[in-house]
Amino acid sequence: MHELSVSAAVVDTAVRHAAGRKVTHVHLRVGALRQVVPDSLAFYFEIVARDTLCEGAVLEQELIAARLRCESCATEWEVDAPAFRCPGCAGAEVAVVCGNELEVESIDVEQQEAACTA
Amino acid sequence: MHRVKVRVVEDALDANNTIARANRADFDAHGVTVINLMSSPGAGKTTLLEALLAEGIDGVRVGVLEGDVQGSMDADRLASLHVPVTQLNTDPGFGGECHLDANMVRSALPALPLHDIDLLIVENVGNLVCPAEFHVGEDARVMVSSVTEGEDKPLKYPLMFRTCDLVLVNKLDLMPHLDVDLERFLHNLDAVHPDVERMLVSARTGEGIDAWRTWLSELVAARSGAAV
Repeated sequence: MHELSVSAAVVDTAVRHAAGRKVTHVHLRVGALRQVVPDSLAFYFEIVARDTLCEGAVLEQELIAARLRCESCATEWEVDAPAFRCPGCAGAEVAVVCGNELEVESIDVEQQEAACTA
Repeated sequence: MHRVKVRVVEDALDANNTIARANRADFDAHGVTVINLMSSPGAGKTTLLEALLAEGIDGVRVGVLEGDVQGSMDADRLASLHVPVTQLNTDPGFGGECHLDANMVRSALPALPLHDIDLLIVENVGNLVCPAEFHVGEDARVMVSSVTEGEDKPLKYPLMFRTCDLVLVNKLDLMPHLDVDLERFLHNLDAVHPDVERMLVSARTGEGIDAWRTWLSELVAARSGAAV
């Protein structure tokens, strides 16, 4: 996966939701089925974030293992090596339960203390 | 100053997918079926298009959007086949991207003769990794895997092989000169994308091209039937 494009997309998403506030952390959920190399993503994120509200922010990557479910017999299994046919009934209709994520789950921002109103 | 957690829950490629949907809406409005044709560099996308378009598809007006980092070699090759061809380069203006994305395809829309075609084939940049991630508004994805690439490719690039609706196994004519185990390749393909439609073809000899022609024709017919 082109980590440069992905990190640019992540920074854009974070900046939009930051609404002008400085971003300190970006929590990203990365599914094993997406072609992302975590070290590479962290590297490009730091570069792309310069001169944006994300500059200096920590990119936290939650790696999600790939889990599939057979639509025919409801068997669920985790995939390491590519094995997408159902180990239970050899069915081909398979749903991805998790592992396809490339999602900005949340961001931490710095917020001015609100003035006390009596 | 204190830290606040802001819940986002947004796909990082959401922006691309939004534009892809807009492209799709524009294509649908013109009744154009769109194919995203992908492969590694040199697998034979352009040569397959030459073979396909030499005879055309009965009752289907075809247009091609050529995606390359630089140059118009592919568009030039297809220009002699009397189909409208538009070249899209990722290098000037898009940073030399290794894939087409929805935004680039959207930028090419004004140059496409959408009123005059029924089928648009988007020939993507040769790359087995990134194009799989970026939808451009297509109706179906076709990938080309040539026998010269060996048996392992599906295992190494599962996303590309999984995201496609049809796999064209090309350069069949070279099998006598190769030590490639085609059965093993098909076995690996099945492990990654069980029961995916596949066709064994040779752009050079024309083997299998008619079957692909029929597949495209049926896809266009089904889409026109659906779009009322």
